[in-house]
Amino acid sequence: QTVTVEVLDHLEHLALVDFRDSEGIERLQKAIQFADQLHEVNTDGIEPMDSVLEDRCLYLRDDDVTEGNCTKELMKNAREKVEEYFVAPPGNIPLPKLEEQDTFLQGS
Amino acid sequence: LAPWVPVVGLEIHAQISSNSKLFSGSEVQFAAPPNSLVSFFDASLPGTLPVLNRRCVEAAVMTGLALNCSINKKSLFDRKHYFYADLPAGYQITQQRVPIAVNGSLLYSVCIDNKMSQMVTKTVRIKQIQLEQDSGKSLHDDTRSQTLVDLNRAGVGLMEVVMEPDMCCGEEAAAAVRELQLILQTLGSSQAVMAEGQLRVDANVSVHHPGEPYGVRTEVKNINSLRFLAKAVDYEIQRQIEELESGGTILNETRAFDSKLGCTVPMRDKEGKQDYRFMPEPNLPPLILYDTKSLPANMNHQQVVNIDWIHERLPDLPSVKRAKLVEQYGILPEHSFTLLNEDGLTEFFENVVNQTQMKPKKVIGWILKDLLSYLKQHSLTVKESPVSSFVLADLLNLLEKKEISSTAAKQVFAELWKGEGKTPLDIVKEKKLELIQDQKELEEICQAVIHGHENEVIMVVLR
Repeated sequence: QTVTVEVLDHLEHLALVDFRDSEGIERLQKAIQFADQLHEVNTDGIEPMDSVLEDRCLYLRDDDVTEGNCTKELMKNAREKVEEYFVAPPGNIPLPKLEEQDTFLQGS
Repeated sequence: LAPWVPVVGLEIHAQISSNSKLFSGSEVQFAAPPNSLVSFFDASLPGTLPVLNRRCVEAAVMTGLALNCSINKKSLFDRKHYFYADLPAGYQITQQRVPIAVNGSLLYSVCIDNKMSQMVTKTVRIKQIQLEQDSGKSLHDDTRSQTLVDLNRAGVGLMEVVMEPDMCCGEEAAAAVRELQLILQTLGSSQAVMAEGQLRVDANVSVHHPGEPYGVRTEVKNINSLRFLAKAVDYEIQRQIEELESGGTILNETRAFDSKLGCTVPMRDKEGKQDYRFMPEPNLPPLILYDTKSLPANMNHQQVVNIDWIHERLPDLPSVKRAKLVEQYGILPEHSFTLLNEDGLTEFFENVVNQTQMKPKKVIGWILKDLLSYLKQHSLTVKESPVSSFVLADLLNLLEKKEISSTAAKQVFAELWKGEGKTPLDIVKEKKLELIQDQKELEEICQAVIHGHENEVIMVVLR
């Protein structure tokens, strides 16, 4: 089972991970093969487990204000700020298609 | 031309009325200095974990019960992934697989032909109610090509109410949302003020020919009021019909409502169909709710949400309140709708009724025709009325005791509206509006009129 260009493109858009070189693609394929071993287990008639916490009690907190008011601390993480607002680029910058990526990254 | 059947569904996000956020202890407040109501968890700093707020769970259960839903005793949290500057974690915690409440219904009324006297009851099915986090706020600064992000709203609890596509036009959509708004406000689970972003509505619209499958739907966002909701839905229905009739196709896209132009436009910044990569929220076990039967004996009651306990304490819903008003006061159903539709009006009406001998059926006319029209003319709320219920009751008592005529009463009311602090009796005396009851005095006045108009009297006698 090979990873197609479409799947690669899709994954890069979703995860913003760079698979650009062939080593990356091979590593991805190996990772998928490794995970596919799960299919060897017979799970017929078994309820899927979606959390190892399934038997734990979900703790409920009282509705009290106990946090916040630490603007100064938080803004320390901001590369850029304007009057205590975080600054971000205007909207999402869509990742270009696989073929255009070399030129795209050269510009950044 | 074959007829078109418009189909409208709604996704409504109601901000939960609570002191702190859904998964953190930072405060929930509308206007505050940017990024001052943000905890480390809300800012998505590594090493922080979500802790569920019990009040938010109770709000969702209350709302589910009020909407006749089945409450899921076990519900799950999931992560919905997408990238946006006001979503610092890169995902939103929501309930995609098993939400807290499902399969409910909402009854609402619409007027036929804009006549309040002909109201029809409609039902819209509630697909589900889910708990989820709100995102932060983005302020777009196009001149400097940047976005300013305020995370005060990030993590505030939301109830997403999904209404099935059982509605057919803007009026139905607006009426359904209005009723939901009244229910939420009565429960106190959300203040549901659209203008403050506490109630946000997205409409899903499509059209098809009867007997054929549903058409492609578009999602309409950026609707800030009930009026705009009706306009946006009706515009979109028309646009789709015109597009299809001229041989075009409808794209499954998201559109924004432009209130200035009164139309919907495609939204920019959409990179095609989103893949949200839903996955279970690994940091939260399932949410278990109890009822009196399933309640374990030794559990700490602070850790328990008991559905039956909440059910017993539900207040009277708007539909019940209306029915009680009609029964208790003998007013018409459409009157009860208007009473509940204006904040404080029911209370005002009941206060007047309690302070006057005039029958409620007569009082209601004064409330809905005189008081309400004056309030609307001057854009005032009931709370801001220059005429209090006490003063109005005083006036109505004069009318009831036949000390003044109803025409005179309306004059007095107009004068009272100036809010100069005069009592109704003061004004009646000032303007000499008292009804004369003395037989002799009335005869003298009539005689004087007849004497003063001899020619007219002759004309009448000759006829």
